Amino acid sequence: MKPPAFEYEAPSTVEDAARLLADGGDDAKLLAGGQSLIPLLNLRFAAPSLLIDLNGVLELAHINEAAGELRIGALVRHSAVAGHALVAERHPLLAEALGYVAHPQIRNRGTIGGTTAHSDPAAEVPVVLLMSDARVIAHSTRGQREIAVDDLFVSIFTTSLEPDEIITEVIIPDRHVEPGTITGSSFQEFARRHGDYAIGGGAAIVELDAEGICRNARVGLLGAGMRPEESKAAAAVLENSTLAEDTVREAARVATAEINPLGNVHGDVQYRREVIREMTFRAVMTAANKAKAGTA
Amino acid sequence: MTLTEDPTTTADGPAKEVGNARLRKEDARLITGKTTWTDNMVLPGMLHMAFLRSPVAHATISHLDVSAAKDRPNVVAVYTGQDFKDEQGTIPCAWPVTPDMVNPGHPSIAVDTVNHVGEAVAIVVARTRTAAVDAVEAIDVDYENLPVVLDMEEAVKDGADLVHASTSSNTSYHFVFDAGEAGTGSDTDAAFRDAEVTVSRRFVQQRLIPAFMEPRSAVVGVQGDNYTLWSATQIPHILRVMGALTTGIPEHKLRVVAPDVGGGFGGKLQVCPEEILALLVARRLGKPVKWTETRSESLMTAHHGRDQIQYIDVAAKKDGTVTGLRVRLLADMGAYLRLITPGVPALGAFMFPGIYKFPAYRFECDGVFTNKVPTDAYRGAGRPEATFAIERIMDELAVELDMDPMELRRKNWISAEEFPFTTVAGLEYDSGDYEQATQAALELLGYDELRAEQKRRRESGDPVQLGIGISTFTEMCGLAPSRVLGSLSFGAGGWEQASIRMLPTGKVEVVTGSTPHGQGHETAWSQIVADELGVPFEDVEVLHGDTAISSRGLDTYGSRSLVVGGTAVVKAAEKVVAKARKIAAHLLEASEDDLEFSGGKFSVKGTPGAGLGIQEIALAIFAAHDYPEGIEPSIDAEAAFDPVNFSFPHGTHLCAMEVDTETGFVTIRKYASVDDIGTIVNPIIVEGQMHGGLAQGIAQALYEEAIYDADGNLTTGTFVDYLLPSAADLPTFHTGNTVHAATSNPLGAKGVGEAGCIASTPAVVNAALDAVRHLGVTDIRMPLTPERVWRAIHQGGDGGDRAAEGSNAYGGARTTESGIEEAAQ
Repeated sequence: MKPPAFEYEAPSTVEDAARLLADGGDDAKLLAGGQSLIPLLNLRFAAPSLLIDLNGVLELAHINEAAGELRIGALVRHSAVAGHALVAERHPLLAEALGYVAHPQIRNRGTIGGTTAHSDPAAEVPVVLLMSDARVIAHSTRGQREIAVDDLFVSIFTTSLEPDEIITEVIIPDRHVEPGTITGSSFQEFARRHGDYAIGGGAAIVELDAEGICRNARVGLLGAGMRPEESKAAAAVLENSTLAEDTVREAARVATAEINPLGNVHGDVQYRREVIREMTFRAVMTAANKAKAGTA
Repeated sequence: MTLTEDPTTTADGPAKEVGNARLRKEDARLITGKTTWTDNMVLPGMLHMAFLRSPVAHATISHLDVSAAKDRPNVVAVYTGQDFKDEQGTIPCAWPVTPDMVNPGHPSIAVDTVNHVGEAVAIVVARTRTAAVDAVEAIDVDYENLPVVLDMEEAVKDGADLVHASTSSNTSYHFVFDAGEAGTGSDTDAAFRDAEVTVSRRFVQQRLIPAFMEPRSAVVGVQGDNYTLWSATQIPHILRVMGALTTGIPEHKLRVVAPDVGGGFGGKLQVCPEEILALLVARRLGKPVKWTETRSESLMTAHHGRDQIQYIDVAAKKDGTVTGLRVRLLADMGAYLRLITPGVPALGAFMFPGIYKFPAYRFECDGVFTNKVPTDAYRGAGRPEATFAIERIMDELAVELDMDPMELRRKNWISAEEFPFTTVAGLEYDSGDYEQATQAALELLGYDELRAEQKRRRESGDPVQLGIGISTFTEMCGLAPSRVLGSLSFGAGGWEQASIRMLPTGKVEVVTGSTPHGQGHETAWSQIVADELGVPFEDVEVLHGDTAISSRGLDTYGSRSLVVGGTAVVKAAEKVVAKARKIAAHLLEASEDDLEFSGGKFSVKGTPGAGLGIQEIALAIFAAHDYPEGIEPSIDAEAAFDPVNFSFPHGTHLCAMEVDTETGFVTIRKYASVDDIGTIVNPIIVEGQMHGGLAQGIAQALYEEAIYDADGNLTTGTFVDYLLPSAADLPTFHTGNTVHAATSNPLGAKGVGEAGCIASTPAVVNAALDAVRHLGVTDIRMPLTPERVWRAIHQGGDGGDRAAEGSNAYGGARTTESGIEEAAQ
């Protein structure tokens, strides 16, 4: 074993998991897909006293629809989300983004609840949830509550969850679409190698009317700062325009003018800002082209 | 020429095995892991070692208390450098390249100072690996920091801080080869004084990490005063000699076994401190011990490769004829000299002239100490550095002269009819045809169409530009003629050993001294022996890697196995046939001179039907009831082979590269290479070596770099930051061969293990530059990260100025002390 010693519990219900977490105190950690936690343990960067393994909590493994919303259990694997017909139909941006999550082996283990709770600004799922006005259900022995993801993501690796709360479900409302418009979306991620952790990226959803005027736009930024970002200012530039190249370039510039990406060996702040700007530009252009072609 | 000789059935024997694309017989067990990897070994009562390693690059150890660790559960012993200072000796350096080379010594475990991050400071020995690792955290240690020396150009200045207080400077040696003085060329200074054109460049060969798949691992067994060391090593024979000399265990009391070994790339051509310490701990405790490194430990503490600053000047006439070459190197030794650390640049010293007819050449190299892990052999060792420098500067000269880069090369390369050709560095190139390989490569690439597309993209201002890079290379391999190694002050010879045992049932055991670590020796040697003895491929077993079985050998590196070790196998087989001939003559009641040997059978000339198979003779001589007077009852044989010259594979590599000028991302559009490696024994093995070599050479150009921060911490300490490409990141390789047999061995083989790695790096960089040179870019620092390419295009320079700092292993949170890099720019 590479990690430091820890206690291990494998509850089979949310109630038991919540009880263990409440009793486990600050040093207890939840284990879902383990794609971030296990490397941290093996490098001994993390040393929890108790690991609560959620993989046997089968009630968290559902995907269903209700009242115009998609409800995805926290334990659903990325590959299952990406391959689900309802996701492809209603949230193609999420399916596209999941294709950038590392490699198939990792997508077969990583979970939507895990990546949401991890709150990594360069991860693919959080930014899409933000652009989709998603919410999560947080469960504890004290009850459960809904949190909008915009309120959930506080900073890098930091959420507004209380230490005793477990994300049990991610809720994505169906997009409200104006009649007579066509929506296009695109996710553009930049990394040095296939499947690598992103240097940066951009995502866009645009809604075009019959005259080709953008009625509604959402612009998301990957790895742009301490949390996933959405640029309302860029959306304002795009809305009511025909999404001409110059307009889109201006929107990408506006989106990235104020961002402060984290620099490292693969790129410093200035370069990452350039990359995120270019990816944002490409995302909007691609989304617009898809809308014009009617291919979603 | 065609790929190989026709391997079809001959009139009186089975199909030839040499040239046959056999699947590798060792692969099933290697790939499934169901074999004797060292870490799979378990001995009764075996203990486990874990190391406390220095977190600082240069310091004195001011306080070291291991008592708390000794009290941890299942801990058997904890040792520090004080415990072994009188018996650990120094890690051997077998290549003193100059008589006055400074070697400050290399303790296996630090005694009172540490000189690089990752150096061993204490050893915990416990009943389980986990217990040992846990107890390491209980060791109390304080360091008093000393100035850290990292930058070679600073380290060689007068008054620079010193890595070793015992030395007067950070320069270990100054090695010079001057063709004028050696009598192999004319005066270099005069060539540059009279030059019509000169071009000078400074190239950086970044530090690389061998990154073999199987981590290093060592197990020591104790039987009385006999020790057996199992190790994931490339060099069991050399390790036995050096391990015995270092520890004082008599050589005949030390057996070294390299079981199946999962890759090395030069990184396991070493006498590792951990191997020595495993022997010392096992001797101290009288118990078996095991150590297997983690990947983090491997990246931080196993030796690195490359790391040179190259200053290169070329002199030429205006018509493109080259007239002189001058090379000065700073070569980073790291903190200590390991087995052949100082010799790696010297292996390249004679290859900078490449395939070109320079009349004048001078080479100088300073070996420089820094507070980093030592460098040593890494695939190509010296020759990739030389090939990169010459192939890059030929392109620069072409730009200066406004000549086509291929025309410039063609004007200066050795023509086919000039072989054998003695170069300005004094090497005699054996055979080849550079024009033929080049023509084949141009066709494979579709050169003319791509040039036309490049023109279109340039004219339309396409954000994605296209470039084509050239590398016409040769290398010296088949290491090596022993006398030449002696003249270069290398501590050993370059011969190789083989023996063949004919078993009573006719099966054949081949013992080779050339120990494989993934190359496919078992398959290739079986093919050679099947042809030589006329026995079925399946009847041959190849034994290797155990000094108790293979007592003599010099192991595997430098593309030497087939050229030297394979030839030793041929020589041993010839002896077996000669011995069997005497038995056959006796049993067939014929004169030896009247016998012919074909397809594994001796027969009397003119009566081909009757005869005696060599496998039958093996049984007859085992029984030994009836054999001639005056000879021994055995047809087993042993042979050693020492080549008289290196071999010189060559080839033309062409890379077409797309550069996204908006992001700096580069994509290899197409890669074509035509190599001449002499006779091919197994085309599948050759293809595999080429693909792996290309991947590794391309990786140097585009992905890999070991980065230390300003304090001497390795920031690329995991595979998240030290990037190796996968198949998804690499193009389809379009490969081909021309065949000009080597003249220095009977197989005609030249060696293929390093060719792809040596040739490809400059082709890739030249291609990227060709794509963006019209935008004002003249150089891009390797690896060509998107950030560097983007900077070179948009901000000038080579894009490598920004000191890389910090690590983002898990999301950028540890970038600086404050946790977040300021968005200052």
